Parts: sequence; structure tokens; C-alpha cells
Amino acid sequence: MFHKEIKEPLMRIENLRKDYPAKGTGLIGHKNMIHSVDGIDLTIYEGETLGIVGESGCGKSTMGRQMVALERPTSGRVLYKEQDISNMPAGQLQKIRTEFQMIFQDSTSSLNPRKQIYDILAAPMLYHGIVKKENISHEINRLLNLVGLPSSVRHRYPHEFSGGQRQRIGIAKALSLKPKLIVCDEPVSALDVSVQAQVLNLLRQLQEELRLTYVFIGHGLGAVHYISNRIAVMYLGKIVEVADTEELFNNPIHPYSKALFDASPLPDPKCRHRDRIVLSGEIPSAAALPGGCRFHTRCPYAVDSCREMEPKLESISAGSNHLSACPVMSDNLRRRDFSNGREENKDN
Amino acid sequence: MEGRKIKIIKYIIKRIFTALPVLLGITIIDFIIMSLAGSPLEMMAGPRVTAGAVEVKAVKLGLDQPVYQQYLNWLSQLLKGNLGYSIKNYQPVSEIIGSHIGPTFLLMGTSIIIGLIIAVPFGIYSAVHRYTKRDYALVSLSFLGSSIPSFFLSLIFIYVFTVRLGWLPSSGMTTVGGEGGVLDIIKHMIMPSMILAISIAGSNIRYIRSSVLEILQQDYLRTAKSKGIGRFLTINKHGLRNALIPIVTVLGMQIPMLFGGAVIIEQVFSWPGLGLITMNAITGRDYPVIMGVCLLTAVVVLAANLLTDIVYALVDPTIKYQ
Amino acid sequence: MKKILEENLYGQSGWRMIIKRFKKHKLAVVSLWFLCIVVVLAIFAPVIAPYDPNKVTGSFGRPPTLEHWLGTDQIGRDMLSRLLYATRCSLLVGFAATIISTIIGVILGLVSGYFGGFVDNIIMRITDTIMSFPYILLVLVAAAIFEPGLWNIILILGLVDWPGVARLVRGSVLSLRETDFIKGDMVAGMPRRYILFSEILPNTIAPVLVYATTVFAISILDEAALSFLGMGVQPPTASLGNILNGAESITILTSKFWLWIPAGLIVILLVISINFIGDALRDAVDPTA
Repeated sequence: MFHKEIKEPLMRIENLRKDYPAKGTGLIGHKNMIHSVDGIDLTIYEGETLGIVGESGCGKSTMGRQMVALERPTSGRVLYKEQDISNMPAGQLQKIRTEFQMIFQDSTSSLNPRKQIYDILAAPMLYHGIVKKENISHEINRLLNLVGLPSSVRHRYPHEFSGGQRQRIGIAKALSLKPKLIVCDEPVSALDVSVQAQVLNLLRQLQEELRLTYVFIGHGLGAVHYISNRIAVMYLGKIVEVADTEELFNNPIHPYSKALFDASPLPDPKCRHRDRIVLSGEIPSAAALPGGCRFHTRCPYAVDSCREMEPKLESISAGSNHLSACPVMSDNLRRRDFSNGREENKDN
Repeated sequence: MEGRKIKIIKYIIKRIFTALPVLLGITIIDFIIMSLAGSPLEMMAGPRVTAGAVEVKAVKLGLDQPVYQQYLNWLSQLLKGNLGYSIKNYQPVSEIIGSHIGPTFLLMGTSIIIGLIIAVPFGIYSAVHRYTKRDYALVSLSFLGSSIPSFFLSLIFIYVFTVRLGWLPSSGMTTVGGEGGVLDIIKHMIMPSMILAISIAGSNIRYIRSSVLEILQQDYLRTAKSKGIGRFLTINKHGLRNALIPIVTVLGMQIPMLFGGAVIIEQVFSWPGLGLITMNAITGRDYPVIMGVCLLTAVVVLAANLLTDIVYALVDPTIKYQ
Repeated sequence: MKKILEENLYGQSGWRMIIKRFKKHKLAVVSLWFLCIVVVLAIFAPVIAPYDPNKVTGSFGRPPTLEHWLGTDQIGRDMLSRLLYATRCSLLVGFAATIISTIIGVILGLVSGYFGGFVDNIIMRITDTIMSFPYILLVLVAAAIFEPGLWNIILILGLVDWPGVARLVRGSVLSLRETDFIKGDMVAGMPRRYILFSEILPNTIAPVLVYATTVFAISILDEAALSFLGMGVQPPTASLGNILNGAESITILTSKFWLWIPAGLIVILLVISINFIGDALRDAVDPTA
């Protein structure tokens, strides 16, 4: 199912961490650190859309900002085409960073309110010499048409557009530098549902036309499910499960993934699970993480070993690209498969 | 609760640490201005003083040392409370300041109290009756209060109350040759303190008004109102404690302004305070006295700011200690 | 018709909305007219003034007459002409000092807010230090060290007034730096000078303009106070402050009201109208505050 075509890795994230000092600590004395991103390994393949889901505060946006080198990691690295962009000198980064762009959640604050669309779009292209000055007007028209806006809007100000239209301009701005990878940080969660679909369709269509790679950070599962080929589930700074979209929705292994999917109803009844998990208990603070598996405080299936050993993200069966960080459930699954296999044998 | 206490203490320590470089900066600026003003040698130089004598004096005063050493010497003298000597009458500067600081504090204290007595009720009234004609009138009046130059107002007051009506004396703190007494001082203080109070009230009515407006829009007041507690009671019971916070801030902000205002007012009314001796020192180029006063006032202002922030931290439970 | 109106409304840039909201403040509009008229009168003082402000005419210390609308001073100069020139001088001092302090404050605020860290700390401590000195005292001391005079006063006021502007700009830079469009610029690899001057600076203009009106009003008041104390603009150049200086003499105060009341009134009217304009601007720029 996975190796339909051999995909090249475009970005690799290695043991990425980001700590912030917790607020309210004093001048002297040790500072509490919030482990926003706490050791992530992830590979993004060319041409795919990798969805990232998790509760707010799980560190998915921080990771997204690190992917486009907006923030330097505390440790670990981000490799874009095997080049370490997370520790690159500023001058070198300046040149390469046009290849990975970002679309922001809040379309109001992502466009300078005092500038016309024309100026917003033209400045980066001219600075990087992507388009010659005499062709800039033509290029802006092309970009606007590409995202489904008439070229006549180019002399308007951002506040004259609706939220959906502004997000289209945000997309045009990201596209203007001809990137390979776009990190979409909850690009539709501030929009009305009807507009969400339009923007998602636009993103899909652009991906096909321009052969883009997306990292799609999402809050709502619907949008992520719709647009992603593969999904990573994050909990408190760590990835707990990664799998192809349909595989993950049909067969989530990690109890947190199950709970997450149960909590948000999907329009597609096929994706519902029989055994619902409802989370109880508070989400632990990222400044004081529980030992062992960080989900054990809220997990209905937790056993003693969960409190002691931090589980690794591993394939649920040999050769599978479905990775999960819950050895308890993975073992269960293997046992069930095994017994299923025996039953099948019996029938024969 | 314990954690909060520790946080407040930490915040106060931190705040004192940030005040230290400012204090150092104040002394440096003070020293630079003093040096710019010219060396004391120039003042003693004259036809009867030989170059050799000047040199001996220079060594004695430490003027042959590098500038930073001179600064350190001056600073260590400062720490011992030695602010230098007046060029005019060779009195120690600290003594001059000590004998004039009382009248200034008396005038400033009275003005602040009168100013707040005017500003607080009017500010609250204006906020409660927002967008009514009375509100507009009060706001316009407060603009007028902060736009009138205090010296011009003084002239008008003197013209009316001294020249025309003959009710109030226009100069000094006591009647020369009179029997003195508290009443006499009060009589002399009415005009200068009223004028300072008017400018304090002028700039603070609007500040208090907007702070109260902010408080009025908060939910707990709306809740109190919906419970049927009357408007006046609501403001008194729930709002006033919070309104204290901006008043504390106002008091902190007022002090540098007041020192400035005192210079002018004391000059006009010949009030024997720091402002008057500063003005005399400025016209007489008596730099040790000028800089002594500058240093003192800057330190007082710094201390006032520090105190404001600390009181703020104690009064306002929601403040972030960063 | 309604459609056109609506389109006009939406087709407006932010500035037009600001003007529209400004016009709601009647006192501010009146003040703006007043200020404009005074500025025009001041600029064209050499053309308008009936006499040379320093020329001694025949009459000494005369009350207002048809010949001399505001009378003459004790050495026989026409008061109306002097007043026009004095207003011109006071406006020049206020305006120039405001420009200087705004430029210094904007640059330091930008640098402080954008670079943060060590640079920010240094600049903010300097700001605190200057703000700790009572303002008038600092100006007086500076005026005593450097010879008092028109250009020195402008420089001194300009060099002392910037900390407020610097703090204001720093604050808005700090909040702008967190906005997505600045993050977008960084992701797009835009250079620092572009982010600072083309993206951040234009967004701080409105609050700085509002603040500048306050500085303008304060500068006019300070010039008047300084000249009144004899440490400002020096005679024979007329300024509103040094005209009032004459009123310290008891004969002028008691019997020659035309020598001091008009100058005082002009100071008050100028300052109050600038304050009204500033207040309305503040409201127009940020109606939520």
C-alpha cells in the first residue's frame, strides 16, 4: 500500500527539541522549562501531504515554525534536502529558505494592513530576483488568478477582503517564491466551514499543478483527513502515532489517537470506532511532564510499565509504515492478529 | 499564597536590580554636566594666582588624575554625603539642600493632596456620566487645567487676589516682621499650592476617568449591577479598590512633574524652597548646588518609581512578575 | 446610490476612516481650524505685521488704539507685531523640538524593540535615567551651560523629549514583531532593513503622530516657561514666554494688562487646541482604547 512509488525524503527532522523558559520564574534560582517540542523524528516525503494533529499546546505549531527556520531548536536538527537549516548561518539560510514557505492561521495578521496586495506580493519576489521588474505586474496577475482571485484586486488593502479571500492572498504570497514545501499552520481553522472547503480544494489543486509538498497542521480532524496522505498524531511535544490517513482513521493503535478521533465526530460513518474512549483527567503541564509514557495519566489502558519506560515510536508490524508509540496496544494487536490467523487456519 | 509572596519578593529584588544601573546613569550624567560646566580652577584663576598655585590646587583636588578616577573620587565623596560646596558662599551643598527641602516638600505634599481631592471625584463622576454634557464640560476643563502655563496662572492669581482684592500675600512663606505662625504660612501657601493643584488635577482627571471607565466595563461590576446594587454603591464597594491602582500610578508619575513645577512656582512666589535656590544657582552658575539638587531630585524620582511599582505589585493580584 | 456609498466606504484606506472619526470631535475640528489660522498668521507675520516688531514707534506703553490694536510696550514697540513674531518663534521652537525628539525616539525605539537583548537593555536604562531627571530642571541646567538662545533651546528640548517616543515605538515594535506578517517576511527571507523600515515603521506612524501632538504642546509650554524665567529665547527676539517675562514687574502686572494678557491667552489657546486635536486623533486612530 505504501510503496506505490518510491518517494524521496524532502525534509528530515532529527531528535528535534524546543524548550521555553516558563513564565513567572525569578531572577535567581533555576528556571522551569516548558518542553514544547520534546524529541521528534519525522521524515517528510516529496509530494505528500503530512497532516499533524493534536490538542492545542501540544507543540505542533512550534514544530511547524522550526520546519521553516523561524525558530532555532534547543537541540536536534531540521534537514532540508540533507542540509541542516536549523543551524545554518543567516546569509546561507536567506537564499535557501524561499524553498520552504508558510501559510498562517490568522489571515488578518498575516498581511500588513497598510500595504496594497500588489506591494505585499511584489516585495519578496523582487528582493530574491525571482521575477524581473518589468514582468512583476504580469506575475502578480498570474498569482492572483492562480488562487482564484481577479487581478483587479491588486490595488486593494487587506481589510477590504473576506477571511477566505485573505487566506487566498496568503497562499499566493507563499507561492510567489516558488517553494517546494509549504507548512500550513491551521490555515482554515479561522474560516467558516463552507469557505474551509474552498480553501482546502484550492490547496489540493495547487499541489497537483505545482507538485508541492505540504505539512498541514490542523486542529479539526475533518480538514486534516480530507487533505492528508499521511498523518502524525502529537501529544505533549512528542509524536505518538504516524500512519497513512485511511489506515490511521480505520485502525488507530495509540489510545490517544483513538480518543482524539472519538472526540471529534467525522461526517463519514465508516470512520467511527466501536469502542469509544473518552479522556478523563487534566492534560499535564508541558513544564512538568509525567515520567514514563507521558499519556499514562489519562490512559484507560495504562499498565505498570507505562509509568516507568518511555515508549519508542515503532512499526506496529515488520515492514509497516504505521508507527505507534504504545507497545501495550501494539502487542495486543499482534496477539489478536495471531489468534485471528489461528482461527482462519482452523476453518481451513 | 506562599508562592505569591515569594514571587513578590523576587519581583521587588529584580526591580531594585534594574534601578541600580539607572542610579549609576544618574550620577554619570550629573558628573558629566558638572565637568562640562567647567573646572573649579577656572573660577579661582585670576591675576594674583600663579600657575604654580593652580597646579598645587589641581593636585590637591585630584584634577590631575584620569577622568574615571575623578568620577570615582567624586562618587565616594557622594556616598559619604558630601555633595561639594557652593561657589557663592562656600556653604556645604548638603546643608543648603537640607535647609530648603522642608518648604518644598510642604508645598508639593499639599498640592498633591488638593490636586487628588479635585481630580478623583471629578474623574469618577465624569466616567460614570460618560458622554453627557457634564462629562464633556469636565474633560474640557481638565484640558484647560493642563494647558495653562502655571506662571501665567500665577500672574492672574496675583493680579486678582493680591493686587485687586488684597486678600493674599504674593511672596515668601511668612510675613516679614510678622508674628508668623501656622495661619500665616497657610495664607502664603494658598496661591502656590492651588496653582500646582490645578495643573495636577488637570492632567489627572482624564487619567482617572479612563481608568474608572475600564473598571466599569469589567464583568464583576456588571454582575453587581445586575444584582440590583445601586450604581454609587457599586462603584464605592467594588470599583474603588481597583481605582486605587491608577491613583498609585498617578502619584508616582506626578513627582518629577512637581519638582519641575516647583521651580517655576517658587520663583514666582519667592517660596524659599529647593526650586528657588536652584533658580538662583542657575542664574549665578553655582554648579555644585545645581547638580546637588538634580542628583537629589533624580534619586527621589527613581525611588518614587520603585515604590510605585512595588505598591502596584502588592495591590494588584493579577500583575505579571516578569 | 447606496451601493456607491458603500463601495466608497469600503474602498477607503485606513486614513479616511481616521479623518471621518476625527470629524466627530467638534472641539478638535474647531481647534484644527484655529491652529491652521494661527500657523498661517505666524508664517506670514512679516507680511501681516503692521510694524517692525523691534522698531520703536512714537508712543510708549500706550493702551490699545486704532493705530496700535494691542497698544505699545514701554519702549514703544507695537504689541500686535511683536505678538505675531512671538507666536512664530514659539511655534518654530515647538515644531522643531518635536521633530528632533520624534526622530531620535523613533530610531532608538525601533532599534531597541527589534534587536532586543543587550541593546534594548542599554537603551531602556538610558531612557529611564533621562526620565528620572525632572524635566524642567534638566532643561534649565542645559540652558545654563549652553548659552540660552533660539536654536539652543530647540536642541535642548529636542534632546530631552525623546524617551516617551522611544518607549512608545519600542512597545509597538514588540507587539508587531509577533504578528504573522513579520514572521512571513522572515520566512520569505526578507532583509532586516525591509522589515524595520518598510513593514514595522509605517505601522507605528499613527501612534507616534498622536504622541507627537503631546510633545508639541509640551514644547510650547516649556519654551514659554524657560523664556519667562529668562533662560530661553533672548530679547530682542520676541517669544510668547519672554513677553510674559515683563509682567513680573508690578507696574505692568497691575496697570498694563495689554502687555501680558494677550501673550498668555495665545499660549493657552495654542496648547489647548493642540491637546484637543491630539485627543481626537488618539480616539480616531484607535477607537477601542
